[in-house]
Amino acid sequence: MTTSGRSGLIHDEPLLFERSREGRRGVPVDETDVPLLDPAAVLGEDLLRGDIEGFPELSELDVVRHYTRLSQWNFSIDAGFYPLGSCTMKYNPKLNETVAALPGIREAHPLAPDEAIQGMLALAWELEQALAEISGLDRVTLQPAAGAQGEFVGMKIIQAHHRARRETQRKRVLIPDTAHGTNPASAALNGLEVVEIRVGRDGIVHPDAVAAALDERVSALMLTNPNTLGLFETHAAEVADRVHEAGGLVYMDGANLNALLGVAKPGHMGVDVMHFNLHKTFSTPHGGGGPGSGPVAVKNLLAPYLPTPVVRREDERYRLDHELPDSIGRVHGFLGNAGIWVRALAYLRTLGAPGLAELTERAVLNANYLLAELRESYDVPHEGRVMHECVLTDRLQQAHGVTTADIAKRLMDMGFHPPTIYFPLVVAGALMIEPTECESLETLDEFVEAMRRIADEAERSPEKVTAAPTLPKVSRLDEVRAARKPRLRWLPDEG
Amino acid sequence: MAGKVYEFPDDCHYSESDEWVRVDGATARIGITDYAQSELSDIVFVELPEVGTQVEIGDSFGVVESVKAVSDLIAPVPGEVTETNTALEDSPEWLNEEPYGRGWIVAIEIEDLESLDNLMNAEAYQKYVEERSGS
Amino acid sequence: MSYTPHTPEEIRFMLERIGIASLDELWSSVPAALRARAELKLAPALAERSLLAHFRERAEQNRTAANSISFLGAGAYRHFIPSAVDALASRGEFATAYTPYQAEISQGTLQAIFEFQTLICQLTGLDVANASLYDGASAAAEAALMSLRVTRRRRLLVSAALHPHYRQVLETYTAELDCEIASLPLAADGRTAVAPLPDDLAAVLVQYPNVLGCVEDLRAHAEAAHRAGALLVCVTAEPFALALLRSPGELGADVAACEAQAFGVPLSFGGPFVGVLAARQQHVRQLPGRLIGETVDSNGERAFVMTLTTREQHIRREKATSNICTNQGLCALRVAIYLSLLGRRGVRQLARINLSLAEYAKERLAEARLRLPYAAPTFNEFVVEVPDLANRYPDMVERGLLPGLPLERLDPERRDQLLICTTEMIGREQIDRLVRELGA
Repeated sequence: MTTSGRSGLIHDEPLLFERSREGRRGVPVDETDVPLLDPAAVLGEDLLRGDIEGFPELSELDVVRHYTRLSQWNFSIDAGFYPLGSCTMKYNPKLNETVAALPGIREAHPLAPDEAIQGMLALAWELEQALAEISGLDRVTLQPAAGAQGEFVGMKIIQAHHRARRETQRKRVLIPDTAHGTNPASAALNGLEVVEIRVGRDGIVHPDAVAAALDERVSALMLTNPNTLGLFETHAAEVADRVHEAGGLVYMDGANLNALLGVAKPGHMGVDVMHFNLHKTFSTPHGGGGPGSGPVAVKNLLAPYLPTPVVRREDERYRLDHELPDSIGRVHGFLGNAGIWVRALAYLRTLGAPGLAELTERAVLNANYLLAELRESYDVPHEGRVMHECVLTDRLQQAHGVTTADIAKRLMDMGFHPPTIYFPLVVAGALMIEPTECESLETLDEFVEAMRRIADEAERSPEKVTAAPTLPKVSRLDEVRAARKPRLRWLPDEG
Repeated sequence: MAGKVYEFPDDCHYSESDEWVRVDGATARIGITDYAQSELSDIVFVELPEVGTQVEIGDSFGVVESVKAVSDLIAPVPGEVTETNTALEDSPEWLNEEPYGRGWIVAIEIEDLESLDNLMNAEAYQKYVEERSGS
Repeated sequence: MSYTPHTPEEIRFMLERIGIASLDELWSSVPAALRARAELKLAPALAERSLLAHFRERAEQNRTAANSISFLGAGAYRHFIPSAVDALASRGEFATAYTPYQAEISQGTLQAIFEFQTLICQLTGLDVANASLYDGASAAAEAALMSLRVTRRRRLLVSAALHPHYRQVLETYTAELDCEIASLPLAADGRTAVAPLPDDLAAVLVQYPNVLGCVEDLRAHAEAAHRAGALLVCVTAEPFALALLRSPGELGADVAACEAQAFGVPLSFGGPFVGVLAARQQHVRQLPGRLIGETVDSNGERAFVMTLTTREQHIRREKATSNICTNQGLCALRVAIYLSLLGRRGVRQLARINLSLAEYAKERLAEARLRLPYAAPTFNEFVVEVPDLANRYPDMVERGLLPGLPLERLDPERRDQLLICTTEMIGREQIDRLVRELGA
């Protein structure tokens, strides 16, 4: 047995507020050299609050220990294999952190005049050009702060296009049943009606299924390619032709772009608009839930509708252009998550075109290897060559009372982060595994061994699987209690 | 899977969307069936309509939620909501424990008693549940 | 270079196990016509030293507080960040984890965000806060959408002194929805006029302090909103102000939409920042974004978990309260670390210093006969009128002084108005120089 999960020393740690001691001081505050005023004298008593009730009082070491201990309760890419499907948990190079921390970047103010931010605008321009090339599209906005905001922007741009053509009746969006939940939610935020397209038995979208839903009310098709089953949408180009013939546009969810670099350009598959998830494909840290960055690329035809401001390059100078009369408007306070998109650019420049093609090749190699090694132990719902991820189910284990959730929890005991579970929704009991290109053969083999051992345990001693996890700091949680009587903040009287 | 045993009282009518209706004069109490609560598993929240709301057959009049699923409540009969079981807001678990008793959801003054004819009796609903849960 | 570990030998072995003869066969489901045109044309790859040189060169082309004196604020604030914030927040265990879907192995992130939610509640005086949104602008927009759902009405009234970028984002978010937005005008003192409101409003949005730096009479706005049956949404871009001012909750706001960047998150050209929404308990089901709740594990130990997730897109899909998925988690963590390091007294002490610097600057500018057009109280930002500002501004920037934000850039009608921000990073000497330059 060579899996890497071991027990270890774990510290208990109370909440900040429970650790707090009246009168304890944290980091000292520098004095100022102007006269320190009494706020009451300046603002008047009526505007002033008293003490911030409950705010913690801690020493610097208290705080350092607190967060160091908390950090040790987390599973992370830096610590182990994290095959969370659709999230592309690849290595986050440390170099990118150094780049984002350069004083001229970290201290750049978003409202400084164009002359003062030539470096930032040059970096933005450089990234926009690279993303346009990768997508096979023409223009890019870096403003969306995450993939879901990118979807919102992309769908708004499509609506603006229809409106300009006086086709305001186009209020329907076709979305395959394999799609991420953000797709229908983003469409709804645009006031659009969702029409679900069922994928075929082979797990992909077929032109006839789309054609049957097409009419003059259809605004767009939202397609994720490869889809969430890890399958390339082989008919994407033909499907796009059909949508275009009916006057609709094609949106691509770029969450799975890690599988396409150097293999296929979305623009060549009839895609008109797409978003990138820089925190997935381009290696920026996921941060325990964010921040991400969700740039959107469009064909020239749609460039007039991009969010303002847009970056312009004129005679080696850059400027922010706020005058775009047909723009959908602004979606972010400033120019998006610059600290994140700068990291993504650093990654792109580190890899170059050959490196990007290589990463896709290895990501797909790893996913296919895992599928080949696991197919005898687990049910495979859709046959066919997979791209960057593969989907298994718990069908074989269910006979022994072991479910996908149990398998996921047992993986923790073996030292792995579980795959994405119960998604996509079209596969009952799905385990969606995305190894990424960064993992070595020996890591993949350890994971395979753990998965096979769990399958074996499910048959011989299922209680081992259903009682998991035992190694993490806490065991399975009472989610029902959390939802029935929500406690969403600490309160002093609760002790 | 070996079929679970559900309770479907004879004095109720049943809808295809898994609500039960128990009629007393012109008033119908409505809830979700034993099968529905079992499929949803632990119910954590119920969204009730306001008293006085007019509903047509097929209207969504509320929502029940488990930790990871949301299910619309679909009106099986037309009429006006005359009472709601507000105790469920604090005790959603009653929907699991006593779906036909303390877990009732709304009372409706039925507009059209003939609409009950479109609902299933306990025996028909039992078959309907068995068909769906497969063998 | 692609951070991949495979040796040629391993690749051969893996292909054999997959049952294919070459890497090329991996693409059997991709049409050949697509592959034939897929080659990427990008700048050549750079190894670490050259790459750093490239970015350093770009970084040094920027004029920032790192090489100039900056009085820029207006929604992006430069405060001192203690070393421990970077040291703790950059730990890989926090930075390279994702959304805590698997609670058992994400307790660090979960407890930290639960603490963040609590700190935001304490600061805003409200009952519940979410785990973060993209930024203050989208938080304001989400607050507006939330108020439409809560009240089932369709009209919004927005203060004319709401940050114009926030207003623009709000308009983008609501453009396709059945809803109308009108403006609440300004009074002469720089605060939003308080007036009787129509009774079909979903919400009134007021910024506190507002984009001109003026501290609004929030209580009066809350009373007016409530009389009309509307919610009061309090938007705050400089949360340090809330360390001194009465909290939105205390003054009757129903929702607080904050940009919390000022608490330990670097400027980074405007992002990643950290939006957050706080609200009253009764509206929790309409609150967008993730929520972390306390519960117990199967051994009865206290533990934390994402909860009330049925509001979210991955379950409710098109009926979700928002489409947000990835949020600004690591920035929220920075906020919590920063506030714990400063603590209850440090935060108020710093706020007091910010206030004192602004008062000193106002006094000196007035002495230099520059007009301060608004009489309302301010915190660390205020407006001064500078004759011929547009023409003089580039020279000042050239000389290493970013004297504040010419408001004309946010609102063409505000010619010659300069918005000045004084955080603790500024001292007497810099203010004196600013006054000399502006007064000249």
